[in-house]
Amino acid sequence: MVMTVLGISDPSIWLVYLLCILSALFSLIYGLVNWNKGDEEVYPEDKKWVEDEKKVEETL
Amino acid sequence: MNILILTIVVVLYLFIIAYLGWYGYRKTKTTLDYLVAGRASHPFVMSLSYGATFISTSAIVGFGGAAALYGMGLLWLTFLNIFVGIVIAFIVFGKKTRKMGHNLDAHTFPELLGLRFQSSFIQWFSGLVIFLFMPLYSAAVLIGAARFIETTFAPQVNFNVAIMIYTLIICAYVLAGGLKGVMYTDALQGGIMFVGMAIMLIVTYVKLGGVSIAHQALTNITNLVPAKLVEQGHQGWTRMPQLGSPLWWSLVSTIVMGVGIGVLAQPQLAVRFMTVKSNKELNRALTIGGIFILMMTGVAFVVGALSNVYFVNNPAFGKISLAVAKGNIDSIIPTYINSTFPVWFVYLFMLTLLSAAMSTSSGQFHTLGTAIGRDFFEKGIWEGKKTKYTMLLTKLGIVIGVLVTVIISYNLPGNIIAIATAIFFGLCACTFLPTYIGACFIKEMTKAGAIASMLVGFFGNTFWLLFVHVKESEALGLCKFIFNVPTIAKYPWTVIDPIVIWLPLSFLTAIVVSLFTKKIPKEHIDFCFKHVVKER
Repeated sequence: MVMTVLGISDPSIWLVYLLCILSALFSLIYGLVNWNKGDEEVYPEDKKWVEDEKKVEETL
Repeated sequence: MNILILTIVVVLYLFIIAYLGWYGYRKTKTTLDYLVAGRASHPFVMSLSYGATFISTSAIVGFGGAAALYGMGLLWLTFLNIFVGIVIAFIVFGKKTRKMGHNLDAHTFPELLGLRFQSSFIQWFSGLVIFLFMPLYSAAVLIGAARFIETTFAPQVNFNVAIMIYTLIICAYVLAGGLKGVMYTDALQGGIMFVGMAIMLIVTYVKLGGVSIAHQALTNITNLVPAKLVEQGHQGWTRMPQLGSPLWWSLVSTIVMGVGIGVLAQPQLAVRFMTVKSNKELNRALTIGGIFILMMTGVAFVVGALSNVYFVNNPAFGKISLAVAKGNIDSIIPTYINSTFPVWFVYLFMLTLLSAAMSTSSGQFHTLGTAIGRDFFEKGIWEGKKTKYTMLLTKLGIVIGVLVTVIISYNLPGNIIAIATAIFFGLCACTFLPTYIGACFIKEMTKAGAIASMLVGFFGNTFWLLFVHVKESEALGLCKFIFNVPTIAKYPWTVIDPIVIWLPLSFLTAIVVSLFTKKIPKEHIDFCFKHVVKER
């Protein structure tokens, strides 16, 4: 008798089916846990980059 | 074609898009305001916007169709799409790229690499590679859109007319300013796609009797796999192809690895990280980013594979998907959606898919233009001098890019979307990935190491495609012309994708050459990594 998960017998297929769901959940949980982390001040180089980017966009 | 319903759906859709465009424009006037004022956009809006740009007709129509051929093994690509394309790209690469891009005042991917390694060669060479090869990927997106239009409006509209329609739409879109930076519009497209794909998944499973029953039914029709595919290693749609068979190599090395890893070195995606305000936005975007990709490619691949059961069980067809689509896998998903959903939903879904394709296409053409104008001509030919011709050449680059894309689209055969996308992604991985990783993480990597790695990756990959990997070498014909054989190698080399050989060799070259060549001055390294260390 072959073991099937979700109607699939090949372990490399049902495993990846579950891995897809788990990795999406990991992404969700990571985002929630770090929701308020990573805030930082705006440095002069950040402002300069945005100004230059705007110029490039406008002339295009 | 139902003109009345189509008109109602199009008018309603355009009205909402225009309203959201105006609303977004009024709310956030410039990125500078946004950055300085510190106004946070809703992370879900940002995430959906990123997703709508990341996912195009190529992923859903092209690779969904590939899943109807290869089966559910394609889900390994979804796993890499989420884990590498979202989690690793955002957490590991995004944060470094953003800060380093700002420190160096880099505005294109080639410029980032060139400035990081103090090499104008790296910049113009990368620009040239992108300009020459990206049309293959933009053609894949265009063909995906055209196949959907063709299937929805058959028999009045054929493929050639569909390409013209999409090209005209994209020209109008670019001329109208491309609706750039209007995140709400992208988010709406992302939202509709999300709902559309969710409905598609649920409807498919319900029609086929539930999750396990549907999968079991797919297993039960293994005997319908065409003999030619069985010979190549196909073992059914719920099993991986036979280990080491031509089909296995094609699925694992070209489709899964090529696209799954190649996404990290995509020029048009890497620059997006620079437009983010802080790492907090990247963290928050992850909440929905992974789920979104799961709902896009994951659903497309599961439904693509299960479409075989649907078509076999449906008396109107009674055949597997490949036979229904007359051998062209690019038509499978459009045919499935058209035969499963009510006409208004098909039109709405088509509009969303086309809008998503447009976000991707306009990003591609923008990258093509800057690659030739800013990176190749300004940096290479004029040795960094700012001239009035840069902008002209950038615009000309965009026009040439569109024309070449259309010409390629007319001339490519069927079954091409996934392959063309994979070739471009694989080429980007071999050429740029070791240098990009070095730029972000390896302070010891030298300018010579970066250049050598790029040259080995690019020329190795190209040589392999022209003379070894039989699928391309046979189609391109150069090998036949010179050596009078379709490929100069023997099996299994003829089915192993260049990425398996040339990505490791490109890495190795970077390491070895860096060990024996002049280091980059410490002051420059410190400048590149300024404010990077203390970030989370």
